[in-house]
Amino acid sequence: MHTVIDRAQLSPNVTRLVIEAPRIAEIRKPGQFVIVHRAPGAERIPLTIADADPGHGTITLVIQSVGKSTEDLVALQPGDAIADVAGPLGKATELLDHGRAVCVGGGVGTAVVYPIALGLAARGVEVISVIGGRSKEWVIFEDELRRAGEVITCTDDGSYGRHGFVTDALRDVIEAGGVDAVYAVGPVPMMRAVAEVTRPFGVPTFASLNAIMLDGTGMCGGCRVAVGGKTVYACVDGPEFDAHQVDFRELADRLGTYRDFEAHALEVSHRRAAERLEAPLHAPEGSCLIPGLATAAERQEVAAAAGERGA
Amino acid sequence: MTDQPTPVPEAGNPGASHGDSGLRPAFDHPLSPKERMTIDRSQMPEQDALLRAANFREVNLGYSQQLAMLEAERCLQCKNPVCIDGCPVRVNIPLFIERLRVGDMDGAAASLLDDNALPCVTGRVCPQEIQCEGRCVRAKKGASVAIGSLERFVADWAMANPGRSKPDGATSSGRTVAVVGSGPAGLTAAGELVKKGHDVTVFEAFHAAGGVLIYGIPEFRLPKDIVKLEVDRLVASGVKIETNAIIGRTYTLRELRERFDAVFLAVGAGLPVFMNVPGENFKGVYSANEYLTRVNLMGAWNPESDTPVLKGHRVVVVGGGNVAIDSVRTAKRLGADEATIVYRRGKAELPARVEEVHHAEQEGIRFELQVAPLEVISDENRWVTGIRCIRMELGEPDASGRRRPIPIEGSEFVIDCEMVVVAIGTRSNPLLTASEPDLALNQAGYIVTDEHGMSSLPGVFAGGDIVRGAATVILAMGDGKRAAASVDAWLRGEYPPGDEALASASTAATGT
Repeated sequence: MHTVIDRAQLSPNVTRLVIEAPRIAEIRKPGQFVIVHRAPGAERIPLTIADADPGHGTITLVIQSVGKSTEDLVALQPGDAIADVAGPLGKATELLDHGRAVCVGGGVGTAVVYPIALGLAARGVEVISVIGGRSKEWVIFEDELRRAGEVITCTDDGSYGRHGFVTDALRDVIEAGGVDAVYAVGPVPMMRAVAEVTRPFGVPTFASLNAIMLDGTGMCGGCRVAVGGKTVYACVDGPEFDAHQVDFRELADRLGTYRDFEAHALEVSHRRAAERLEAPLHAPEGSCLIPGLATAAERQEVAAAAGERGA
Repeated sequence: MTDQPTPVPEAGNPGASHGDSGLRPAFDHPLSPKERMTIDRSQMPEQDALLRAANFREVNLGYSQQLAMLEAERCLQCKNPVCIDGCPVRVNIPLFIERLRVGDMDGAAASLLDDNALPCVTGRVCPQEIQCEGRCVRAKKGASVAIGSLERFVADWAMANPGRSKPDGATSSGRTVAVVGSGPAGLTAAGELVKKGHDVTVFEAFHAAGGVLIYGIPEFRLPKDIVKLEVDRLVASGVKIETNAIIGRTYTLRELRERFDAVFLAVGAGLPVFMNVPGENFKGVYSANEYLTRVNLMGAWNPESDTPVLKGHRVVVVGGGNVAIDSVRTAKRLGADEATIVYRRGKAELPARVEEVHHAEQEGIRFELQVAPLEVISDENRWVTGIRCIRMELGEPDASGRRRPIPIEGSEFVIDCEMVVVAIGTRSNPLLTASEPDLALNQAGYIVTDEHGMSSLPGVFAGGDIVRGAATVILAMGDGKRAAASVDAWLRGEYPPGDEALASASTAATGT
């Protein structure tokens, strides 16, 4: 069991949990992740390790609540326990050892890029962080990232920092010259846009892929994604890859596999809390039905109609 | 003296001293071999095919006591019991059957558990027809003794009556062993090593122990409660289990070698093999590993599980082994109207256990035999809509001894479906092996061992699928048992083990 030591709300849907995991705190490296299994019956969720304190035996996880599983996780309070935390998983980030790097963080990805920025700074690399959010309240980890170097903050609505997307600020930094590498973590459209910004400049660019995975050891193949035309596993071959080679369309597409199920499970979960609804998480016909398929009742009707026509 | 009451004889019952169950043999006098030959094999009671195709409860229901004791009468108690030679863990089959026959349940259970660390599992999932039952002399004239069903009966009895067949605790050797992987090979080795007094810790990457027994084999074939009880029994015997521990990530093999006196690697062959055809990354294509793990380990068959699994009306499973049959029967139970096996060879070549193929046929599973996949096709949103295939004819036998499938030109066709599950095998996972350059591997990435199971690293042993490639539960258990004998010899400074050590490890004395 892993006790929650501290909890803080960072933005409307992003929460920081500090949890006990002494072994992982001791050996984890920037870029690595853990798989969290809150309790029996819960999902296994891959989460990048945002920070670690080997002295206190804790790791920091920054979680964006997007569905029932993540909502259940961020509802945990200090003193509560998480059943299972496995890791550290994935390959550590390949850090530059000199020069200048830009760390681009969007939304919850800002927390993920933080250990990379710190790791780079510790090696003497000049770090510029370009981070963003929809508006001021969605910007996270700005103060933390200042420990690694300059921070350029952007908001989509201009309510804080620079008005515009992180990609606009990134382009300016790259055009100024001298950038040796870019590390990008955020929503898939952001990472894809970052790759397109840096491609013409030939700046090596790395993206951390948040693919769907079960075990994190290469066993399920759920996190497979095409990189440079070859299928790789985000869990063991990554999670970071050459952003210019990643098939972001495929990644985004596969990430949408359970969208309908997640929406349904979240709705049921909310209504259960509000009105003691007794519906199963999986819809009777299964919200995991491939979209567009008829329900069993509809299929029976069609079959019956066909039978009548036949008779 | 005439007043003295005559002591009640033990009714010629050799097992009466072991148990006080009050059970009596099926017949009140010993049967001659000729009489035994007249008894027909007792059929395993099973759930109706129509019913079970819509639920995840176990298909086989198990013998009753009467049925089991009647079936036990069919065993001829051969002087040369060849059935034992057919068993990878060398269970003393005639001994437990004889004890069962006379109603000595404690004795039967003690004998079985002494030879086999996971009898509830093997009684359910072993391919008995090519092992013990395949060797049974009664198979030459009719049906073999239903050894698997009897094993299951005795094992389940022992599970329901814990403590009565508990082995004596061994004296501590003061030596420590790390077992990596809690599948059948790892658990078997751990059980054997604890019996010898060693301090054993099993490391498991997942959050629950059991390996393929919990993530792979479905509930309807091997209930997870049973696996949990088997694991609990090992824990009660002294085995320590550390879950969420990935060797190669959480700990290195080097660290284990420093912390423990010996290491046994039983990590399985965990990586899925894909078909390498276009469209394999579309939504609706699963590896069997992912599909079965979602349904079994993560419990997605239960509508209350947080873990989702896709459900198609038409599901195609590519492959013909036990994993493929498990996947296709799972799809049926999750509501598929059409659940189809696509296999490139013929029915005779299906590698799956005969009973599973038979059960699948009863449940309405379709078999597209001598058919190979060419491409997964999808709609504009990249959801699977079908799989394009080609028919095959069977040519000359290949290296595996099976007839080589050859594509028939112009025979391409499409099977409409919303889901494809790829169950064409697994390969070694480099996560652990790649972290230790001195660990010798073969070209396919499997660990190379000497004939006693020791790898190129002194004191590091390996067995199960990570040595032999994907195989069966019982072969992995056999490896685990032999490796335990080798590890024990190593710890006592007597490596390599003598034939005697191996033999006693295989057919340990049962106190008769």
